[in-house]
Order: sequence, then C-alpha cells, then structure tokens
Amino acid sequence: MTAMIDIATVWAFIIAFAVFVYVVMDGFDLGLGLLFPLFPAKADRDVIMNSVAPVWDGNETWLVLGGGGMMAAFPLAYAVLMPALYTPMVAMLIGLIFRGVAFEFRWRTTQSQRNRWDLAFAGGSLLATLAQGIALGAILQGIHVEGRQYAGGWWDWLTPFSILTGLALVVGYALLGATWLVMKTEGALRDRAYHLSWSLLFAMLGAIGAVSIATPFLHVQYAHRWFTWPNVILTAPVPIAVVAVTVLVLRSLAAKQDYRPFFLTLLLFALSYAGLGISMWPYIVPQSVTIWQAASPENSQVFMLFGVAVLVPLILGYTAWAYWVFRGKVTPGSGYH
Amino acid sequence: MFEGWNAVVLARAQFAFTMSFHIVFPAFSIGLASYLAVLEALWLWTGREVFINLFNYWLKIFAIAFGMGVVSGIVMSYQFGTNWSAFSDKAGPVIGPLMAYEVLTAFFLEAGFLGVMLFGLERVGHRLHFLATLMVATGTLISAFWILSANSWMQTPAGYAVNAEGQFVAADWFRVIFNPSFPYRLVHMVLAAYLTTAFVVGAVGAYHLLRDSHLAGPRVMFSMAMWMAMLVAPIQIVAGDQHGLNTLEYQPAKVMAMEGHFTSHPDGAPLILFGWPDQAAGKVRYSVEIPKASSLILKHSLDAPLNGLDTVPRENWPPVPVVFWSFRIMVGIGFLMLGIGVLSLYARWRGLLYQWRGLHLFALAMGPAGFIAVLAGWFTTEVGRQPFTVYGLLRTPDSASPLAAPAVGSSLLAFVIVYFIVYAAGLTYLFRLMAIPPHHGEQGPRGDIPARAAGITPAAGVAAAGSVG
Repeated sequence: MTAMIDIATVWAFIIAFAVFVYVVMDGFDLGLGLLFPLFPAKADRDVIMNSVAPVWDGNETWLVLGGGGMMAAFPLAYAVLMPALYTPMVAMLIGLIFRGVAFEFRWRTTQSQRNRWDLAFAGGSLLATLAQGIALGAILQGIHVEGRQYAGGWWDWLTPFSILTGLALVVGYALLGATWLVMKTEGALRDRAYHLSWSLLFAMLGAIGAVSIATPFLHVQYAHRWFTWPNVILTAPVPIAVVAVTVLVLRSLAAKQDYRPFFLTLLLFALSYAGLGISMWPYIVPQSVTIWQAASPENSQVFMLFGVAVLVPLILGYTAWAYWVFRGKVTPGSGYH
Repeated sequence: MFEGWNAVVLARAQFAFTMSFHIVFPAFSIGLASYLAVLEALWLWTGREVFINLFNYWLKIFAIAFGMGVVSGIVMSYQFGTNWSAFSDKAGPVIGPLMAYEVLTAFFLEAGFLGVMLFGLERVGHRLHFLATLMVATGTLISAFWILSANSWMQTPAGYAVNAEGQFVAADWFRVIFNPSFPYRLVHMVLAAYLTTAFVVGAVGAYHLLRDSHLAGPRVMFSMAMWMAMLVAPIQIVAGDQHGLNTLEYQPAKVMAMEGHFTSHPDGAPLILFGWPDQAAGKVRYSVEIPKASSLILKHSLDAPLNGLDTVPRENWPPVPVVFWSFRIMVGIGFLMLGIGVLSLYARWRGLLYQWRGLHLFALAMGPAGFIAVLAGWFTTEVGRQPFTVYGLLRTPDSASPLAAPAVGSSLLAFVIVYFIVYAAGLTYLFRLMAIPPHHGEQGPRGDIPARAAGITPAAGVAAAGSVG
C-alpha cells in the first residue's frame, strides 16, 4: 500500500507539471490572441502571429497530455471533473478550434476575411482563457460528488468566484503575451507591448491578491491550511516570494530588459500555481476525492511512468530545439519561410 | 430545448459527428506526411526541382489539414470525460495509458518537428529538415498505432481483469496492446490512409492534366498516385478480408449485421449483394443474393454453416441497416479503387497515362473516395460494436455521463455550428490551393504571400538568427 501512495503522489506531480507547462506555453500564445485587438495594424499582427506559429500546436499538446494523463492516472477524477465542468470545457474546446485554425486560415484569404479570422483568433483566445480560469475557480470552490459520479447540475460552475478566477487568468495570460512580445519583437510594436506590460502587471498583482483573499473563504480547510500553526511555516514563503519576484519584475521593466520580464512573469505564475497546490493538496477534486481515491491501479500508473521517465525529457529536449531554431526577434519580412 | 430527448442518443450523435469530422484529417495527414517524406527524399536524392516544387505545394495543404486535425482532436480527447464519464472511470485504467502513450510518443513528436518542417528549411539545412519531415511522418504512424490499439481493445478486449470498484484493469499489458483485432485494424487503417491520400493527390494531378497535359508536377503526382492505386488497393482488399475473418471469430454479431444474416444457414449462407434490412421484422427485404457465396468467402466452403442474428439475444443486436449499408459502400469503393489502378496500368502500357481524359475524369471523381471509404468503414466497425462500448462487457447506456439531455444537446448544436463554419472555410482554402498547379519555384507555407516576399532570401534568416547574439 505504501508503494501505491508513493506512485499516486508522483503522478499527481506529473499531471500538475503537464498542466503547468501547458499554462506557461499556451498562456503566452493565448495571451497574444487576447492582445490582438490592441494591435490593429496588419504588419503588427503578422509579426505577433509569426512569433508563435512554429510552436503553438506543441504548446497545446500539453493540454492533451494533461487531459489524457488524468484519464489514465486518475480516471475517477477525470470522470467527475469533466461533467462538472461541462460548459466551460465545451467553451474552451470551441475557443481553441477558432484560434487554432486562424493560424493557417488568415494567411489564405482576402483582407476582409482576414479580419474575420483575426476576430476568431482574438475571440477564441478570450473564450478559451475565460473558460480555463472559470474551470479553475469551479474546481477550487468544490464539486458535488455522490458515489463515483458528479451529482450537480450543468450550471453549478457559475459563481462570482469562478468569474473572478476567469478574469484573473485573462489578465495573467495577457501579461505573459505582452512580455513575450517585449522579448520577441522590435521597434514600435515592442514599445506598445512594453507599456501594456506595466498596466497588465498591476492588474495581475491585483488579481493575485483578490483570488488569494477570496480562496480562504471558500472552505474552512483552505483557511486552516494557510493560516494555522505550524502550516504557516511552510505556506508563508509563497506570498513572501511573490512580493520578492514582483520587485524583480518591476525592476526589469524599469530597466526595459528584453528577456527578464517574461521569465519573471512565469515565475509569478509558478508561485501562484504552487499556492493553488497548497490549497488543494491532497485532493484532486477539492474536499471530496483525494489523489489516492482517484488513482488508477498501480500497474497502470507504473506502466505509464516508464514512458514518462524516458519520453518527457526527450520531449522537452526537442521542444527546446524547436524554440532554439526560431529564436531571436521576429521582424516584418524576415518571418519564417 | 432538447427536453425529453435521450441524453445517451445525443451523446452518441455528438461522438459520431465530431469523430467523423476529425478522422478524415488524420486519415489524410498520415498518408500525406509519408508522401511528403518520399518527395523530399526524392528531391535530396535526384536534385530534380519538380520534387521540391511538389513538396512545397503539398506542404501548404498539409499545414491546413494538420491544424484542423489538431483542433478537432483536442475535442476528442476531452469528450471521453465530458460525455462518457462512466466509461472513463471504468475503462480509464486500461484505455487511458494507451492514449497517454499516444500523446507522449506521437503528438509531441509531430508537433515538435512540425514547426521546423513547415518553416525551417532555410534555418536548419537540408538534412536536419529532412529529419524533421521524417519525425512528423513517423509521429503520424505511431499515433495510429496507439489509438487503434485503444480502439481495438474496445472491440476485442483482452488481457484485463475487473477490480473491486468495477473498473477494468490490465492483467497483461502486452495482451491489452496487441489484442486480437489490433494487427488487422492497424494494417487496414494505415493502408486506408495511404489510399485516401493517393486518391486526393491523383485527383489534383488529374485536374491539372485535364487542363494541360504537359505540366511536369501534375504528371509526376498523377503517376505516383496511380502506382499507389495499382499496388495498394489489391493489398487493402486482402487486408480487409483478413480483418473480416478476424471479426467473424471475435465479433460474430457484427459480421451477421454486415452480411444481413438475420437467420442461420446450416448448409451454406447466401451473399446478399443488396437489399433493405428490416431490423424490426428480422429480415432483409428486396434482397439480391448469390447462393452460398457468403459461406465461401467467410468459411472457404460452399456448404459451411453460418449462424445468423437469431442466435444472438435481440438486446445485443447492432443497428443492422447502418452496418449493412456502410459496409457495402466501403467495399464498393475498394473495388472502384482497384479498377482505376488496373486502368492506369493499361494506360501506362499504351503510353496514354497523361493523355487519356477518361482516366483523368475518373480519377478526379475518385478524389474523395478514400474519405468516404474510411468513414463508411468506421461506421461499420463502430456501429457494429453496439450496443456495447467495451464489446460484450460494458453497455453503451452504462458508459455515459450523468448529464441531462439539454446539456448534451446544446453542446452538440454548438459543435455542429462551429464545425460547419470552420470546415466550410477550411475546405474552401484547401480547394483554392489545389486549384493552382504546382509551379517552378514553388514556395512553402507563407512564402507565397506577396507582402512578405521581400524577406525570403536566406540572408534575412541568417540576420534574424544572428541578432540573438
């Protein structure tokens, strides 16, 4: 039984890792979609699109790994969460369809139709981001489970808290997108992105604050987890680190650096994500199903662990290579051919 | 809306709809990725310009098809949870790892190298670029391996046990993966993907030959496609026959539905060519039959007895008319494919391959044949699995999510609307690309966009790469 506990924990971290990599990688490319309406010039949009065109479907593959991996490693959690998050999930999928096809379609059409696919790219990104944020809030606020099934209605996910997390993620992804553009573009486009980064950074800090304040009120267990002795020894470093990283982001922006604002924003995401993990642990469906209850049999998890151990480093390797091939600033005309 | 509808029927309709619109793209891109690898290899080997022109021409089409396959595929991977949560809970421990391996070994490989394949020729050099193309092509085949293993396990489950929670768990992973129908299904589907692509390539070639029979690119692609039809269609017919015999062994009720055999035939069963299967009455109306031919095909003996659906409890019957007719559509197309292959060989022998307009018109008409055959084949095998999701073990109504009909109906409606918009646009752009013949100096994706033509020189790429410092 001890082996079971260990491997379920390992898998919880693997799934959490896959979802985090997804948030990091698709976060900035969804963020670019969110920022699209603020860059109406075609030349700017071409550059923005080209800065992620070679890598976007690799980014979304992490979402498939998160979903597929959860079905394999924690089938009960997958079976409870997906019907509970039915509407946000369907909305997310539809959003991802529109923005995904826009990558190819907008190059294959006339000006007026291109505007339509630009709208699909922006609208799809917004829909997918909102849906992901709302899903996160819906999971945190708890899900009604009876037996091995979801037992709520198909609108239970909609609450002020889930709307708050939805908007928070929109702000967060937009900030990732803006700092990505600071890193990957030049000239006037970079300047616009730079100025946006400032206001989005403050909005993101506000969002982190609001979600952090609201979360302990959802469940007494969350408050207990964060604020009682001796837990606080382990939890206090997270908000302290958020403050420290915030100072670093502010300084890097003030110094108009290329790379640091983006990577430090990723660090802010990582800390917020760790905070979520602290709130949820050891539940995979908060307050009703733990990772051990949801875990698939040990031989399923072991079978996949071999694959993960060998293949994930390989995947990270060739993904890094693809980013390396397309490194550097993207400028009009010198795009990818 | 959708009050009083059956949620399970709506969920099945949603799966059939989204799956049908998804499968045509992987079927096309499995074949096209391999074709692109062959074209690039031929270019590197012979140095003939026609091959790189064709490569770049089909690469643009591949980019669109692949993108549409990716987004419609993400829908599939989440649909198991949204609409089939009871199935996910029960079969997840067995099916889930197979799909996770598909993501880890195939999807990442394809996506990781796709960017370089599409946009990286000038950046990484010919050899690395060819490697990227090979990786993408390999990824599509690995993907087929895992997803067909998972599907085949649902058809012919093996190597499993059932635990205290009522979940299927693996007792023997090797037997799970290489379950009885898997090798047959894998071969049949990969060949189908190759044929599908070959008939699209052949139709595009034929279309341009009809307008100008001297064009180098269309000549090469038409000739290559016709070789594929000549060589692969007969192999596919044999593979399909073997697959059918395997199905007879493990899923006899499916074969009874395919054959329209409601009643048992103790001394030789007839081959029903056409007819109208009446499920309620339990017989085929207006049937045209060849006596004893079915026993000859399935048992290799004229008088061999064959059981009918009368030996199967009625609640376990698949919907016979769908299975019966989709099977006939698939088989009919298979023989048409063989027919055009034979005609092309004759045309080649007479030196008429690029001039015979009748052959070109036939090939043009056969352009969508592969897609129709693939869909018909999948309808045969999937509807033939009903009324089970895991054949013989887990019934379809016991697999669905605890959702009310309005939720499932609304999402179905949303997918129908979205797919209609997106697929209409996608097909328009694909046809637009195919309507222009490949030409001298063909560029890859993006290269044909005038606003960006200024930057195509390798120097610009080097400058951009160098600016990182």
